[in-house]
Amino acid sequence: MSTVGFPLLSLIIFLPLVGAAIIASVRGDERTIASNARWTALWTSLIVFFLSLVLWVRFDRSSADFQFVERAAWFGDLAISYHVGVDGLSVLFVLLSTALTPICVIASWESVENKVREYMIAFLVLETMMVGMFAALDLVIFYLFFEGVLIPMFLIIGIWGGPRRTYAAFKFFLFTLAGSVLMLLAVIWLYLDAGTTDIPFLLDHPLSRSAQIWLFLAFFASFAVKVPMWPFHTWLPDAHVEAPTAGSVILAGVLLKMGGYGFLRFSLPMLPEASVDFAPLIFALSAIAVVYTSLVALAQEDIKKLIAYSSVAHMGLVTLGLFTFTTQGIEGAIFQMLSHGVVSAALFLCVGVIYDRMHTREIAAYGGLAHRMPRYALLFMLFSMASVGLPGTSGFVGEFLAIVGAWQVNRVLALVAASGMVLGAAYMLWLYRRVLFGALTKPELKALLDLSPREVAAFTPLAALTLWMGIYPSSFMQFFSVSVASLLDRHQAMLGASRQLAGL
Amino acid sequence: MLEVGAVFPPLLGALIAGLFGRSLGDRGAQGVTIGLMLVAALCGTILFVDVALHGNPRTVDLATWIASGSLEARWSLRFDTLSAVMVGMVTVVSTLIHIYSVGYMSHDPSIPRFMAYLSLFTFAMLMLVTADDLVQLFFGWEGVGLASYLLIGFWFDRDSANAAAMKAFIVNRVGDVGFALGIAGVFALTDSVAFNGIFAALPEVAARTITAAGIEFRAVELCAVLLFIGAMGKSAQLFLHTWLPDAMEGPTPVSALIHAATMVTAGVFLTARMSPLFELAPTALAIVTVIGAATALFAATVGCVQNDIKRVIAYSTCSQLGYMFFAAGVSAYPAAIFHLFTHAFFKALLFLSAGSVIHAMDGEQDIRRMGGIWRKVPITYAMMWVGSLALAGIPIFAGYYSKDMVLEVAWASGTTVGRFAFACGLIAAFLTAFYSWRLLILTFHGEARADAHTMSHVHESPPVMTVPLALLAIGAVFAGLVFYEPFVGHHYSGFWREAIVIAPEHRAMELAHDVPAEVKYAPLVLAGAGIATAVLFYGLAPRLPAALAEAFPGAYRFLLNKWYFDELYDRLFVRPACALGTALWKGGDLGTIDRYGPDGVAAAARGIGRGIVRIQSGYVYHYAFAMLVGLVVLVTLAATGRL
Repeated sequence: MSTVGFPLLSLIIFLPLVGAAIIASVRGDERTIASNARWTALWTSLIVFFLSLVLWVRFDRSSADFQFVERAAWFGDLAISYHVGVDGLSVLFVLLSTALTPICVIASWESVENKVREYMIAFLVLETMMVGMFAALDLVIFYLFFEGVLIPMFLIIGIWGGPRRTYAAFKFFLFTLAGSVLMLLAVIWLYLDAGTTDIPFLLDHPLSRSAQIWLFLAFFASFAVKVPMWPFHTWLPDAHVEAPTAGSVILAGVLLKMGGYGFLRFSLPMLPEASVDFAPLIFALSAIAVVYTSLVALAQEDIKKLIAYSSVAHMGLVTLGLFTFTTQGIEGAIFQMLSHGVVSAALFLCVGVIYDRMHTREIAAYGGLAHRMPRYALLFMLFSMASVGLPGTSGFVGEFLAIVGAWQVNRVLALVAASGMVLGAAYMLWLYRRVLFGALTKPELKALLDLSPREVAAFTPLAALTLWMGIYPSSFMQFFSVSVASLLDRHQAMLGASRQLAGL
Repeated sequence: MLEVGAVFPPLLGALIAGLFGRSLGDRGAQGVTIGLMLVAALCGTILFVDVALHGNPRTVDLATWIASGSLEARWSLRFDTLSAVMVGMVTVVSTLIHIYSVGYMSHDPSIPRFMAYLSLFTFAMLMLVTADDLVQLFFGWEGVGLASYLLIGFWFDRDSANAAAMKAFIVNRVGDVGFALGIAGVFALTDSVAFNGIFAALPEVAARTITAAGIEFRAVELCAVLLFIGAMGKSAQLFLHTWLPDAMEGPTPVSALIHAATMVTAGVFLTARMSPLFELAPTALAIVTVIGAATALFAATVGCVQNDIKRVIAYSTCSQLGYMFFAAGVSAYPAAIFHLFTHAFFKALLFLSAGSVIHAMDGEQDIRRMGGIWRKVPITYAMMWVGSLALAGIPIFAGYYSKDMVLEVAWASGTTVGRFAFACGLIAAFLTAFYSWRLLILTFHGEARADAHTMSHVHESPPVMTVPLALLAIGAVFAGLVFYEPFVGHHYSGFWREAIVIAPEHRAMELAHDVPAEVKYAPLVLAGAGIATAVLFYGLAPRLPAALAEAFPGAYRFLLNKWYFDELYDRLFVRPACALGTALWKGGDLGTIDRYGPDGVAAAARGIGRGIVRIQSGYVYHYAFAMLVGLVVLVTLAATGRL
């Protein structure tokens, strides 16, 4: 088990809070404060990112155990404790969060002008919450971070958002509220049943079938909204449209992964029988998501809404892959989440680039941008192709593996999953054609400038990751392949044990 | 080293020209890409000689690509006879087309981008043919799709080019769904995606069945049909052919390289590569034969009435691909690849000659506004003749050997579908000769129908264009004669070795050499008749075609509108998809989910209590805070209460 000589994970989790405190304490005129806030946020997030690289280097890829574990009592004899650690399933999500935060800070450098200090504080707090959520090994800690993520996100949408931000934030809140309450009940129930909320302990804690079913539904209520699964997805387009660019980046890049991660961390291993029982339901909802939201994406007139709907379709493949209980399906789902985290983040940044210049997201307001912005056109093409799942980009690996996994369960399911290949190409190319291709006729577009060095700096790491993950995905898959294998082994064993109990 | 040298230089060229084109300048980008293509062509030719002719197959393993459980896809370069033939052909033809493009695109403002796309395409095609597993093949497959999309839409100012590019990508993707599912199916069946692993496991699993949509299939049949659906998309076979004619929106060198010589033949290559699978799947083979035969005939009928010089040749390509497929369908994969090989030379020649005509006529593509120019463009004219003779299958020209072989194997297969294919192929042979000479006569002969201004500018193309034409012409003349013996002669199996597997009971290849004389000479007679008819229609009695069109207006419109496939698909798929998207959005998301979900709850809440109105005033996060505080308190209470 890997450890380092200091509490690395806690440092990664709480360092952003320190940065936030520094930003909060800065005094002076508005410009000094803004400039200080930007630089402090950038440096904090960069330091956190470099710290998290230690995880990349030191993580033992041959072990399915939790690593870099820290534990301190909170209530009782470790019944509820501050317990953090990462395994193969979570470590890359921590890295995804720490990688996207500095990019968000860079992306907001000029586009956010009012209340810069509060904005940067919100992002750093958000980073703490995200990393804490992925690293939590205690259900209560997990729940705190899981819900805590929403607070800075509410603020980001509600304060720096667009004209309908109130409606969007409120919708987000209503959807999430129902799920959260039910998940809280599940957490309390588990505590009363097992006497602890320690996740590693609970993973081995046997539960009766009926208990599993109720718990599954309770967790499902929360995770399905976060993914979001059809028909709990309608908050997402509104939230994206109203959120500022960097808010969308984090929302699509990390927050949508919380639901999928939740299924992976809790539902599959802790509730194996219920997961098998509910798999057909999940498949049905995922299949509907792929086709339905792709078609809806085709009809969108707003760039951000289009990409938001495409996210729902892509996440449909994730939930579908997870519940196939095949190596390819689960690994594909995890990879799809990571890839979507990079690609959709980049696509929202792409929208931000032209929004900053033209202050509209209407597709019809654009056309022929490739003439003026060749660098932008190249990057947008790369990320569009990754979104479409072109082999050689990150998008292909997850999509392909999920289809392979789906085939082993049901051929029609695989066909529906694969139909996203056609529909995805249709809406992305249709978008690309209307925004970048065509003659440059609109006079207001003729003075547009290509990407600035700052924008290039934000895109470069994402472009490199998209290709790296597409050409040599093993660098990433080796982190979780052992964990997935162990998850599947345990799943088989637990199903076998319960069948024996049932006298079969 | 040689293997890497044949495949990767085009990628390097594409990256250099694409990323640094502006600083390199037009000349620099052309120099770099052509230089690197020459390296690839040299390596490719050496490999063709060593691997295919001398029989030294090899595989270079590069790296892991996707490894998940027992699924392992690798980056590797497989060189056996089949891939060496393809690599040799692709690198040589592509190099010539790179050179030709220097002349053809000389007035274009984005030359580096064009050269980069061409090289990128070549790289993807080479990865496709040298793949050692289905997944890398799919990489190349989609890579050529991307390059084709970029090149069709190269002039992205034009709306028609953008529409055609999108159509090409999306129709191809429909086929690719089949391909991807086919890979999934093959993996589930054989527990491998690598060719050697698949082929080794196939005999044991040949009898297995699989249920899909409640129907039980033989697993090998289902997999083979799915892979063939992929092939249909890429090779523009009937039902998935609609993108190919529109693809002519791209610059002509693109049509020659991608939409004639190389990419569109990838489907045929896939069928040949997967021959061990197809050999176990008689129903799938029958489907391949019927679709191929129907395409050969269908496309030829449409080709007879088109007026755009490039579209005529595009339908001709579609038709010739049909020939290749029905040859594969009767288990005569060597004949299919042989026709693929010769076709690459003469069809590239035809397209580039057409490009030379278009270049000479200031971009005019309508043959109704050409004519009377043969004295002004003698080299192009001669080249067009060579290409047409080869396409029509006139002796000593390349097409004669390969097309006759294809028809002979169809006859020799002895099956019903084989005979059907033979009949379709014969009629198509007549039509092929007819539309080829229709094109020749209308383009070059008769009175000049272009305006005086255009006519005064008609000029022969520069050597940078005519020299590649001449080199391709050499291939179009001799490729059949020279390679007939090794490819499809009596000892063909010694040439193909393990690269192509034919079940012993499928004897079309052997029997093809002993078909009756009337079978052997029928194609030639029909080709002659086709030429004679064209000369009659367009040379001797030029009013006849119009009179015929008037006499049968329905049939004429049916052909002119390409059997109304575009209209049909538009009504069946495109419009319903868009309408459904809007309906689901407005009716489903907004009208149902939101109306009864969050908005409904909000409306109800508004009625119940005024306090909740604050939710709408932007202080939502207060509630989130409250929730968290509440949680901490709750947990504390629960914890202390229990302890």
